[in-house]
Amino acid sequence: MIWNEAKECMSRDQMTALQSARLVKLVDYMYHNVPFYRKKMQAVGLMPGDIRSIEDITKLPFTTKDDLRDNYPFGLFAVPNSQIVRIHASSGTTGKATVVGYTRRDLDIWAECVARCMTMAGVTKDDIIQIAYGYGLFTGGLGAHDGAQKIGATVVPMSTGNTKKLTTMMLDFGATAIACTPSYLLHISEVLAEEGVLDQVKLKRAICGAEPWTEKMHHEIETKLNIQAFDIYGLSEVMGPGVACDCEFHKGLHVCEDHFYPEVLDPATLMPVGDGETGELAFTTLTKEGLPLIRYRTKDLTSIDHSTCECGRTSARISRFKGRVDDMLIIRGVNVFPSQIEAALVEVDEVTPHYMMVVDRVNNLDTLEVQVELDQKYYTDEIRVIEALTKKIAHVIQQALGINAKVKIVEPQSLIRSQGKAVHVIDKRKLY
Amino acid sequence: MFAKQLTVFIENRTGRLAEVLGVLRENNVNILSLSLADTTEFGLLRLIVDNAAAGKEKLTEKGFSSLLSDVSIIKIPHKVGSLQELLKIIDKNGVNIEYMYGLSVKCDDAFIVLKASDGKKVDEILTANGVGTITCEELAQI
Repeated sequence: MIWNEAKECMSRDQMTALQSARLVKLVDYMYHNVPFYRKKMQAVGLMPGDIRSIEDITKLPFTTKDDLRDNYPFGLFAVPNSQIVRIHASSGTTGKATVVGYTRRDLDIWAECVARCMTMAGVTKDDIIQIAYGYGLFTGGLGAHDGAQKIGATVVPMSTGNTKKLTTMMLDFGATAIACTPSYLLHISEVLAEEGVLDQVKLKRAICGAEPWTEKMHHEIETKLNIQAFDIYGLSEVMGPGVACDCEFHKGLHVCEDHFYPEVLDPATLMPVGDGETGELAFTTLTKEGLPLIRYRTKDLTSIDHSTCECGRTSARISRFKGRVDDMLIIRGVNVFPSQIEAALVEVDEVTPHYMMVVDRVNNLDTLEVQVELDQKYYTDEIRVIEALTKKIAHVIQQALGINAKVKIVEPQSLIRSQGKAVHVIDKRKLY
Repeated sequence: MFAKQLTVFIENRTGRLAEVLGVLRENNVNILSLSLADTTEFGLLRLIVDNAAAGKEKLTEKGFSSLLSDVSIIKIPHKVGSLQELLKIIDKNGVNIEYMYGLSVKCDDAFIVLKASDGKKVDEILTANGVGTITCEELAQI
């Protein structure tokens, strides 16, 4: 099913025309309502009239997370607080929180986008859906909640933190859908397996997001729970979950393009790259009122595809993320993305998808240790089996990254299963 | 005849071995013999106990990875040279030994726990040569 066929299936020409009209209006709006962005435009000698179509977008200056931090808390809002009806904030691991504000219309559009995404995942008004993202300042909980409610599904606002209650209600209510992070869903499936009640689960679909996950995790979730799992993407600065989602064909995530204009930029030149090429994803919020952003750099690495999908939607699709520009570690001079380790481990059946990278510096040399858990099916009573496996994994990582890593097999369930964003890197180097 | 050996994967961390033994103690599982194969990162604790299935169940409940596997517990005379005689028989048949460990009790017999590359073949060799094997339960009675 398609929630909004008029918007999700419009011809590319119509979409470009709509995006052009909205961008022209947005630039004028920003120039007059956001002094910070007006100054950015003035600095490069740009007037609103210089932007006549979506192609002119490359003339416009970028916006970064630092811009949001520098204008903490409300400096980039385009409307007075009397029109802001909701605030969200993302955790500030490296400084102040990033604060975002929504007008009533922004919230309506957000719910519309999440409704489109959840419909892509097959959610209908007949579903009972547990929302197990954190409710509160994090956009995940309330964002998914409003979208599911708009569809008319029966919404169970679980939030996170009480897995026992979640599994009990999942069974008692006969929940058919769940929205949560993929690592939390894997944890939930382990709990259900331990309780021996997997066969009583009525779940049909999961809408997972807020952290990167691999094809292997996707497969593991689908087989363990016997469900279909969908990838929903979003970031609070742009809106929250619902910016993009994958459909039943799983060939990239459909972007709600009439509201969020996506660009994929060459990391070196910051110029847009062609379809299929990898670069940094940037978004321009074409319709937002509270905190509109132009060319906001997400730091997520992806590629884009503008061809029509088998599902009938014409909206541009972004690929599963290939890493984050700022997750990049430099180990012995080599650029390493945790997602590469994740992808490499997919090749190794004997280990679970959970892993931890520990980077350290010993005698002025960087060291990388990759900790993995042995899959239960492959427990052994022979040292040489474990040693051979350690070698095999080290080889796979060497092939993928071009650096040697020490592989450490750890006890089952000993790596952190987070309820929020999974932590995969411990960097012990004191470089600054 | 095979006996069930209980193997536990243990990370090299202070106190971890004691935790495993604590679980067995709490559940009244008696250890008859053991071997600890250690590397710098982890160890494999191999145990012959009076109730291997219960041991595995309780360890799994406590989050330890454990495994039951078939090994031969071989009865040999408790005297000089008898172990070498046993190995001669096995070697002659071209079977590789993965690992072994022993226990001697206060009687005329000693016992060797042995795992070979081809366990079934070893069992046949032993039977053909009149060498006795016993189970964990029988061992517990001695």
